[in-house]
Amino acid sequence: MSELDELYQEVILDHNRSPRNYRAMANANRKAQGYNPLCGDHVTVYLDLEEGVIKDISFQGSGCAISKASASLMTAELKGKTEAEAKELFENVHKMLTGESNKNGPQGGRGVGKLTILSGVCKFPARVKCASLAWHTVNSALKGGEAVASTE
Amino acid sequence: MKVAHDIATPGPLAEALDVSKIRADFPILKQKVHGKPLVYLDNGATSQKPQIVIDALNRYYSTENSNIHRGVHFLSERATAGYEAARQKIKSFVNARSEQEIIFVRGTTEAINLVAQSYGRTFLKKGDEIIVSAMEHHSNIVPWQMLCEQIGARLRVIPINHDGELVLDEYRRLLGEKTKLVSVTHVSNALGTIVPVKDIVRLAHERNVPVLLDGAQAVPHLKVDVQELACDFYAFSGHKLFGPTGVGILYGRSELLDAMPPYQGGGDMISLVTFEKTHYNVLPYKFEAGTPHIAGGIGLAAAIDYLAGLDWERVAAHEHDLLAYATSALSSIEGLRIIGTAREKVGVISFVFDHVHAHDVGTILDQEGVAVRAGHHCAMPVMQRFGVPATTRASFALYNTREEIDVLVRGIHRALKVFK
Repeated sequence: MSELDELYQEVILDHNRSPRNYRAMANANRKAQGYNPLCGDHVTVYLDLEEGVIKDISFQGSGCAISKASASLMTAELKGKTEAEAKELFENVHKMLTGESNKNGPQGGRGVGKLTILSGVCKFPARVKCASLAWHTVNSALKGGEAVASTE
Repeated sequence: MKVAHDIATPGPLAEALDVSKIRADFPILKQKVHGKPLVYLDNGATSQKPQIVIDALNRYYSTENSNIHRGVHFLSERATAGYEAARQKIKSFVNARSEQEIIFVRGTTEAINLVAQSYGRTFLKKGDEIIVSAMEHHSNIVPWQMLCEQIGARLRVIPINHDGELVLDEYRRLLGEKTKLVSVTHVSNALGTIVPVKDIVRLAHERNVPVLLDGAQAVPHLKVDVQELACDFYAFSGHKLFGPTGVGILYGRSELLDAMPPYQGGGDMISLVTFEKTHYNVLPYKFEAGTPHIAGGIGLAAAIDYLAGLDWERVAAHEHDLLAYATSALSSIEGLRIIGTAREKVGVISFVFDHVHAHDVGTILDQEGVAVRAGHHCAMPVMQRFGVPATTRASFALYNTREEIDVLVRGIHRALKVFK
């Protein structure tokens, strides 16, 4: 598979075409905005966090296929997870996207489950921020407040 | 470089310009990217450098390197002579009256900041208005916003129409008693629009309002004569003009520059320093604090020498042909929408698809060896005006060819196939 095919796998294209959990959430008790000042991509992540568990998660925003698919995959993955699990996943995904987790072993990230589909991004340094935007945003939503996350 | 509104039918190939000879002067163009020949269409961001510029930098550091305006030794005199000869060349290039009107700066951004902070803070006050246009680069918006915050002035914005042209009637309406400065771009970086800057200047001058023109995107494509334009300030960068990064020019009318206080304090901008009082140096040194980018200035002069060796009319005809050819070729791609369809344009084409984001197009084109810019082009208000988050921008220079545009078109088709 070429690097390009690895980046734009069918699952990613599908999540880009029909993103999951793409909606505003009226009863969200956590919300954060993420913004990539380099390209103008932005995302809003909504959370319904109850007793440390993500009961519901959704997002809205505008961006490229990678950022949209990554946000969509993220919401699907995080629903039902505890705050601690979400933070661990954030760390692992970040390591995968930046290629750090590949240094010690073969392809793909460790402890990221289905999100290995995004591992092709690490071959495209200019696109890492596209893929990590939603994750930075959910991280700041979990920290609380109405913070604006930035990839910078 | 004037392009008719109907640019659907390109004319015959401009054979007059020997593009293959020009390409041979730019060593970087010979390389491959991802195994494919480099097709460099990101000239709006920065242009490539001809060997003569690279050689000038090399020669300076190999044989002339020294600090200027202060040494009594051989090398310092040579470096000083080289740097001042560069200023002289740049003066002729834009047809300034005197080399005192040519201030070396880091680039267009610094030139605009210099005017905002030196002229603006001295001659503008609370309640005054500064006019910019809706197609400015952030570097011709933010320095004025900072000034407005500092002194309580107000920023007014000339709107643009759906083709990306400035609405002159709105400009006339905005010009008023409170207007104290107009600062507009000569050529839009995101849209390619050539702004009718002579009209802008004439209307402002009827009210004795000075005008700054941001020429960063204009100088690589158009002959610029500051006396003919009659502008008060003209700013441009060396690196978009086939010269080095980190060097740029602020042209200013000497009457204005004389009346302005220094922008930064330091060496070279003084004539006498005591702890009681410092006397500032004469123009242009008053605005050139610290050791400048000496090699950069010399390299920029080499770039101007290079351009002087070309037949400008043939270059213009070639660039016009590229724009017409590319406009026609890209327009025929289904779903592609060109943002910026002004009657008068330089070789810049911004485009979008409804279902494919500019970044994805950019990444896929890169795999084909094609370098384009994808994003908001540091002109977010322009993106907002057209209701798009980002565009893909192909921007041409004199060394580009029709064949390269064919590669671009094939790459776009490949992107569309991925996102079918």
